[in-house]
Amino acid sequence: MRLETARAELRLYRHIVGARIRSDWQYRTSFFTYLSAQVIFIAFELVALIILISLVPKFGGWDRAEIIFLYALATLPFSLGDVFISEVERLANTYVRTGDFDSVLLRPSSALVQILALEFELRRIGKLLPPAAALGWAAINLDITWSAGKAGMVVLALLGGTLIYSALWVIAGSITFWMVDFREGTNALTYGSQFANQYPLHVYPGWIRAIMGWALPLAFVAYVPTVFLAETANPLGLPAWFAVAPPVVALVLIAVAVVMWRTGIRHYQSTGS
Amino acid sequence: MVRLLWEVGKRSFRRATTYRLATASGAFINTVFGYIRATILVYVATVSGGEVRGLSAQELATFAFMSQGFIMIVGAFGSFELPTRIRSGDIEVDLYRPADLQLWELANWLGRSAFQVLARGIPPVVLGMLAFDLRWPDPTWHWAVFGLAAVAATVVGFALRFCSNLLAFWLIDTRGVDQMVTLAVSFFAGLILPISLFPPWLEALARALPFASMIQLPVEIFLGLYTGWGLVWVIGQQLLWAIALLLLGRMMLASATRRLVVQGG
Repeated sequence: MRLETARAELRLYRHIVGARIRSDWQYRTSFFTYLSAQVIFIAFELVALIILISLVPKFGGWDRAEIIFLYALATLPFSLGDVFISEVERLANTYVRTGDFDSVLLRPSSALVQILALEFELRRIGKLLPPAAALGWAAINLDITWSAGKAGMVVLALLGGTLIYSALWVIAGSITFWMVDFREGTNALTYGSQFANQYPLHVYPGWIRAIMGWALPLAFVAYVPTVFLAETANPLGLPAWFAVAPPVVALVLIAVAVVMWRTGIRHYQSTGS
Repeated sequence: MVRLLWEVGKRSFRRATTYRLATASGAFINTVFGYIRATILVYVATVSGGEVRGLSAQELATFAFMSQGFIMIVGAFGSFELPTRIRSGDIEVDLYRPADLQLWELANWLGRSAFQVLARGIPPVVLGMLAFDLRWPDPTWHWAVFGLAAVAATVVGFALRFCSNLLAFWLIDTRGVDQMVTLAVSFFAGLILPISLFPPWLEALARALPFASMIQLPVEIFLGLYTGWGLVWVIGQQLLWAIALLLLGRMMLASATRRLVVQGG
C-alpha cells in the first residue's frame, strides 16, 4: 500500500471511529452499563484464576506473582486486540450473511478498515482495566530487579501479543467467508487461545502444547516472555533466543492473515439468486 | 392447551435443527473449552494429592465437560427474541394469542433445549471421554434423578431470562441487563470455575443464589455427590427457584400488560 493511501485510510478510520464514539456518548447510561459489564466480565475471570491458583502452593512450579504476570501478558494484548480488531467478528453475521459486504466492497477503501471502523465500540476499553491492574501488581511483586531493558521487553511482548491475537482475529474472520455458519467455532482461535494462554504451557499434555506452540504460535504471546522476564522455572527448557522470537512470529502470522483475508474476499459470493 | 404447547415445543425443536454447521461449530467450541478447563482442574487435583476440596481428578474433569454441555441447554447466555419483539411492539400479537405468553415461551424454550441436549450437551462429554476418565451416575435410577434436575435447571434458566427480558417493557435497551445476568450466570453457576472450589464464604453466597441451580447443582447430582434427603433438598431447591422465578415473571407480565400502549392506530 502506498503511503498516501495508508494516510487516507487512517484519516477515514479516525473519522468514522470519532463519529462512533460521539454517538455512543449520546447514551451515557447505556455506555457506562456496558463498560462496567466488560470490566466485571474480565475481573470475574481474574478472580476465578486467583481462586484456582490459591488452591495449590505453586502452580506448575510458578508462584502467584509469576502466574499473574503470565495472565497479564496473555490478557492485556488480547483486550487490546479486542478493542481494535475483534470487530471483524461481525463480518459473518452483519456483512456476509446479509450480503451487505457488497456495499463495503464497492467503496473505494479497504474493506477491513471499513469494518474495523464501522463496528468500533469504545466500551470495550473496559476490558483493559483488570489485566492492566494485574500487570502492575505482578511487576511490583515479581522477585526480579527491573531494568530499562526488561521494561522494553515487556512492551515488546505486549506489542507482539497484540499483533498475534489481531492476526488470529483476522484469520477467524476470513474463515467465515467460506463457512459463514462456523463463526462460533472460530472463537476457539480467539477466546480459546486467550483462555489457554492464562496457564503455564508446561501443565498441558504434549499434544495441546504442540498446538499452542507450533500450529497456533500462542506460546509466544505470554508463556515465552514470562519464562525469560520473570526468570522462573523453565521445565520445557526453552532456548534463550526464544526471548526475541515473539515479534518475528507475529509478523509471520500477520502474513498468513493477510493472505487468508485476500483469498477470502475473492471467494466472497453475495447472497440472493 | 397442553396439546398446543406440545406443538409449539415440537416446532421450536425442529427450528433449532436447521442450522447444522452453526450447531456443530458451537459443540466444537464447547469441547475446546472443556478440554482446557479439564486439563487445568485435573492438574490442580493431581498436584494436591489426587483430590481438591473433596473432588477427585475424575470428578473435576467430568465437571468441566458437563458444565460446557449445560451452557446451551439452560440458555446460560440468554435469548434475545422476546426483548426485540417487545421493543418493536410485535409483542401485542403474542398477547392476543389464545395461549398464555409465559407458557408459550416456556414451551418454545424447552423444545429448543431438548435439541441442545443432543447437539450441544452430549457431544462435548463424549469427545471428552477420548482423553479423560469421566464419571457416570452409578445406579441406573440416578440417571432419572439427574434428568429431573436437568429439566429443573432448564426451567430456572428460562424463568430467569423471561424476567430480565420483560424489563424491555420499562427500559428501552435491555442488553445491559442481559449482559449482567450472563455475567452472574457464568460466575455463580459454576461455569468459569466449580463453585465448590470457591473460598467457603463465596461458595455459601453462590449456593444461596438461583444461578447454582442452573449448572452447579445438576452437575453435582450427575456426579452422585448427594444421597437420601440431601438429594431431595437439592432438587427441592431447584424447584423452589423455578417456581419463585416463574411467579415473579407472571407478576411482571401482568403489570407490563396493564401499561402496554402500542403505537399506531
